[in-house]
Amino acid sequence: MKKIEAIIQPFKLEEVKEALKTIGIDGMTVIEVRGHGRQKGHKEVYRGQEYQVDLLPKVKIEMVVPDSRADEVISALTTAARTGKIGDGKIFVSEIADAIRIRNDERGESAL
Amino acid sequence: MKKVFTAGLIGVAATGSLLAQATEAAPTTEQLASQIAAAQSAADNAWMMMSCALVLLMTGPGLALFYGGLVRKKNVLGTLMQSFILMVVATVMWALFGYSLSFGDGNAFIGDMRFAMMNGVGMEPNTDYAATIPHLTWMAFQMMFAIITPALITGAFAERMKFSAMLLFTILWSLLIYYPMAHMVWGKGGMLNAFLGGSIPTLDFAGGTVVHITSGVSALICAIVMGKRLGYPTEPIRPHSLVLSFIGACLLWFGWFGFNAGSALAANGLAASAFVATHFGAAAAALGWLLAEWFQHGKPSVLGGISGCVAGLVAITPASGFVKPIPALIIGFAAGIVCYFAVVKVKNMLGYDDSLDAFGVHGVGGTLGAILTGVFATKEVNALKDSAGNAINTGLVDGNGGQVVNQLLGVGISWAIAIVGSFIILKVVDVVVGLRVTSDQETMGLDLSMHGEEGYNLEA
Repeated sequence: MKKIEAIIQPFKLEEVKEALKTIGIDGMTVIEVRGHGRQKGHKEVYRGQEYQVDLLPKVKIEMVVPDSRADEVISALTTAARTGKIGDGKIFVSEIADAIRIRNDERGESAL
Repeated sequence: MKKVFTAGLIGVAATGSLLAQATEAAPTTEQLASQIAAAQSAADNAWMMMSCALVLLMTGPGLALFYGGLVRKKNVLGTLMQSFILMVVATVMWALFGYSLSFGDGNAFIGDMRFAMMNGVGMEPNTDYAATIPHLTWMAFQMMFAIITPALITGAFAERMKFSAMLLFTILWSLLIYYPMAHMVWGKGGMLNAFLGGSIPTLDFAGGTVVHITSGVSALICAIVMGKRLGYPTEPIRPHSLVLSFIGACLLWFGWFGFNAGSALAANGLAASAFVATHFGAAAAALGWLLAEWFQHGKPSVLGGISGCVAGLVAITPASGFVKPIPALIIGFAAGIVCYFAVVKVKNMLGYDDSLDAFGVHGVGGTLGAILTGVFATKEVNALKDSAGNAINTGLVDGNGGQVVNQLLGVGISWAIAIVGSFIILKVVDVVVGLRVTSDQETMGLDLSMHGEEGYNLEA
């Protein structure tokens, strides 16, 4: 099993959810986060006082998928979330040791 | 048959009573005069009670929201509370002794205790001040000013003053600065009163000196004595909701019609003139601030627009009952630009932390407005009479340049009282209860540390 964490532009969330639904992924956790990578923030001015706002609002999608589906999910994510501009976000992939469905103790991929 | 008979009787009776009315003596001139006076009094009283409510609306929720939106969200309730508590405490003080110390005859500097505990304040007018409305209405109208004035100062020490210190400060401030200033400018026999025998007649229609200079200059002293907020100006301290500030500023604009047009104390032409001047001043000032900002920073901001409108309302306050509409536009536009530079340039240059710009808007705008009142005041709007009853030239535009000097003297006296008074009061409060919250409490925010609650429990 793989955990896929995608940090994307907030306005791309609907498109990404739609793309994942199309390939049959229906489990995910979405978190509103703040952060920045190479994209620097922006300047805000309040009564002449300038502030550099470098932590920008992003959306993080987390999902755990069977190994066999990982590449397909990643390609759906990148296609849907890409604008081609700096600030599009990143995807991180990691190994998952186990998964347990709380309702009935199912384990492994069948719990996904 | 019986029916017809009855109807006939009723007809006779009705005709009889009509005849009786027609033959009654025509009302005397005195009766007519008293009926006219009663009608005028009713109209004036309706407008003035409405104005009282409008001025209260300026403090809560107007000013409270304007300031509340400008602070960080951990301090929103603490900031709202500082305005609200004055609606409570300043009212009680006013009822017990504040009104009397402001408007009892007294001497040139302070009133006496004749109206203490609302003694002699009833439904009959107080003809010294407002001959057509109940004394109670006049007292209530002035009370709303005594509430908002100390509330304006709270912008200077936002996000770092102890609640107990803020209470003690504003109580002493009302006693030592507001009541004497109100008496001097508006009270019978007050030193600066242009209408009731002051030795330095200063024109202040609705509170440029009494309200805005005293509060704005005191705010500057507070900002300097209290010191900066933790992290200012290196860490970002951004307004948490300009939407709240926007609502607050628009409520201030709305309520200000009561403040200025209500200061005519009657539903008359002067009130209409002040109403228009107020509106023109606010609009022109918002435009002035926005244009200055657009040229300087490349973007016109919402915060700039609403700050400008408040600055214009401040500047037009002393002038509103003395100037024509186009001079009101000029005063407003000048206030927008001057206050913009005071807030954006001068403050950052000098480095004091007047957190919500109470000085830059009220102190600077009030001073500019008081001086320009001496320039643009005209007898065509509001005539002062000499001893023979002739209208005298009012401001520079009438050819009375001396009024500008009087205005400068009034401004100087207001500044002096505010500086010396506030400094002493702050030192006393610091010794008695301590001015500032601890740095831990400041980091936690006033909402939790002073009031034990939070403004936004969105997950609740």
